[in-house]
Amino acid sequence: MSPLHIKKGSNSHSAYNLRPTFSDVQEKHTLAVLVDNEAGVLARVIGLFSARGYNIESLTVAEVDHVGGLSRITVVTTGTPQVIEQIKAQLGRIVPVHDVHDLTVEGPSVERELALLKVAGEGEKRVEALRLADIFRANVVDSTLHSFVFEITGTPEKIDAFADLMRPLGLLEVARTGVAALSRGTA
Amino acid sequence: MTRQMTGAKMVVQALKDQGVDTVFGYPGGAVLPIYDEIFQQNGIRHILVRHEQGAVHMAEGYARATGKVGVCLVTSGPGATNAVTGLTDALMDSIPIVVLTGQVPTFMIGSDAFQEADTVGITRSCTKHNWLVKDTEDLPHVMHEAFHVAASGRPGPVLVDIPKDVQFATGTYAAPKEVKLAHYAPKVKGDMEAITELVEAIEQAKRPVFYTGGGVINSGTGASQLLRELVDATGFPITSTLMGLGAYPASGDKWLGMLGMHGLYEANMAMHDCDLLINIGARFDDRITGRIDAFSPKSKKAHIDIDPSSINKVIRVDIPIVGDVGHVLEDMLKVWKARGRKTNKEALAKWWAQIEKWRAVDCLKFKQDGPTIKPQYALQRLEALTKGHDRYITTEVGQHQMWAAQFLGFEDPNRWMTSGGLGTMGYGLPASIGVQVAHPDALVINVAGEASWLMNMQEMGTAIQFRAPVKQFILNNERLGMVRQWQELLHGERYSHSWSEALPDFVKLAEAFGCKGIKCDDPADLDDAIMEMINYDGPVIFDCLVEKHENCFPMIPSGKAHNEMLLGEADTQGVIDAKGSVLV
Repeated sequence: MSPLHIKKGSNSHSAYNLRPTFSDVQEKHTLAVLVDNEAGVLARVIGLFSARGYNIESLTVAEVDHVGGLSRITVVTTGTPQVIEQIKAQLGRIVPVHDVHDLTVEGPSVERELALLKVAGEGEKRVEALRLADIFRANVVDSTLHSFVFEITGTPEKIDAFADLMRPLGLLEVARTGVAALSRGTA
Repeated sequence: MTRQMTGAKMVVQALKDQGVDTVFGYPGGAVLPIYDEIFQQNGIRHILVRHEQGAVHMAEGYARATGKVGVCLVTSGPGATNAVTGLTDALMDSIPIVVLTGQVPTFMIGSDAFQEADTVGITRSCTKHNWLVKDTEDLPHVMHEAFHVAASGRPGPVLVDIPKDVQFATGTYAAPKEVKLAHYAPKVKGDMEAITELVEAIEQAKRPVFYTGGGVINSGTGASQLLRELVDATGFPITSTLMGLGAYPASGDKWLGMLGMHGLYEANMAMHDCDLLINIGARFDDRITGRIDAFSPKSKKAHIDIDPSSINKVIRVDIPIVGDVGHVLEDMLKVWKARGRKTNKEALAKWWAQIEKWRAVDCLKFKQDGPTIKPQYALQRLEALTKGHDRYITTEVGQHQMWAAQFLGFEDPNRWMTSGGLGTMGYGLPASIGVQVAHPDALVINVAGEASWLMNMQEMGTAIQFRAPVKQFILNNERLGMVRQWQELLHGERYSHSWSEALPDFVKLAEAFGCKGIKCDDPADLDDAIMEMINYDGPVIFDCLVEKHENCFPMIPSGKAHNEMLLGEADTQGVIDAKGSVLV
């Protein structure tokens, strides 16, 4: 079989932007899904992932345009290129979905996640936790004589690294928001 | 023109404004206000069903036979849950229907009220879209949008859940043209670059084949017309899925017959050996492809589909074209004609010579001998005796369905209604009533198996009440024939629960319902019996006792390729390996 022709300038709802789908390599993609902010829309999106056996690694949802009534769902998923294309096409045909952007392939993008970490410790461990928080530019948002709650923003990898460091220093709980992402520049 | 009216009245008004003339439904507590409005008008005919599943299949039959949107009205809770099978069936086969469900009043939602069910939750995955209307002011907009979504793009079922207090409350009605529909507007025009690429491939192809599906039927009669023009002008062979029968006439000389698991030898061999495969409105279903990695290995593949998610879902294609079949075919023909109507005639002649060799195998041959009616013979006679009639065929699901697809010929679209994707036993009887309601003077026959037919036989009451003279042609082998066939091939002839015991006497059953029953078990009597059925002015239950152990051939066994078909009993020993036996 010959590889697919890839048409330039096609939008996210067309099949022409399909990349060759021969690879069996699992890829991680960040998708931004713009939807009508109506009852049940999140269930539709999540239901699609569970019904068709796709993965969700991270999911964030919030209204982003109150006047237009639009929400933005950012979902990080993994799959072979063929599965990723299927996910995008399946998302695109949900009636309240306006647009699906694959930020991983549509040029450079920024990704950020926020996390709160509760760390309890005494003495040198406590001082070390504060020192590392400073290095990671994490803020202290709650403090007792025996614990801190740190607020940290960054890529998921940075948060993973910070959490790993906090673990031996008395990490009790982590709350993460999941990834929010935007394309760079004016695109 | 905007007017103040109750939600219930809005529902009826919106149906009228959408051109609806028939509603299939069943009343209940949560839809009483709407039923009260239906009582006080004459524009919309209400067909009272006997079970909500029947209502949905009737609406499907109606929609398929007319090209319009089918409409159902059912109550909350069990009314809605009974509609789920029909909704799933319509979703799988892309049939446009609107199901209206009553719901408990908004202030009781979530309280586990009597006959409350989370209808939009339950039906979210078996509808194209659904709505719970919590405010009467939203109702006109949602009603009109429901019809828009059901009918546009890839058609499908939608559901509107209407709480009882919303039906009682008063609001402002808006007509369809006053309503701003949401952004939903699927692309219908295909990409011209891709279309040109396909035309180039058509010009060069040595062994081409058209593989068409239900998308051609859904695109309207114009699309079928364009398909015929394209096929006849290029001289390419054409095969079709179960859902696409009738788009190209069975009497056409380019017709190879149905393809797939029980498709014709010549159709499947052509698919396997072709060098250009043009999929028009089909979706590479597993009944069609057989073993994926051995599917049409030598071909360049083009795929025309209105649903982008159908493309590269199962089979990777070289020329994807997203668009409505009718629009794309029109552009294809234009481009092909403008470029000089070229095909590789020499190679085509060789290709046809090969196809004729496959045809000569005569894969549907059977021998009607002995005192028992062969199911194939019954259908052959039915075909011969009903050919000239204004005929519509529905089916149930199983062996009889495949035999009907093999032995009945369809000359026009919208004449063949069968449950393809979901394979819903119990579809055919209600669907036949839906078709008959749409075409009161036509000959509507449900080709059935006795086991499938029993699943929704209560709808005979509907047929009699509304004088729908549907003919129930039951091929009675006292078996779940397809299950039995698989048990024979795959499970060591251990026929676990695949026979119909304690069957009713169908003639007496017909009499009990108040219609005509005919029983036939002798090949010599068959023609007269079929003529009696056709000529009877009213519903008929025809009990055709057939050979009990007949298997349906040809067959591509699970996990096998198109060129590994079984043509008859002699081929069946040990053909399905362990890997194939886990497939359905």
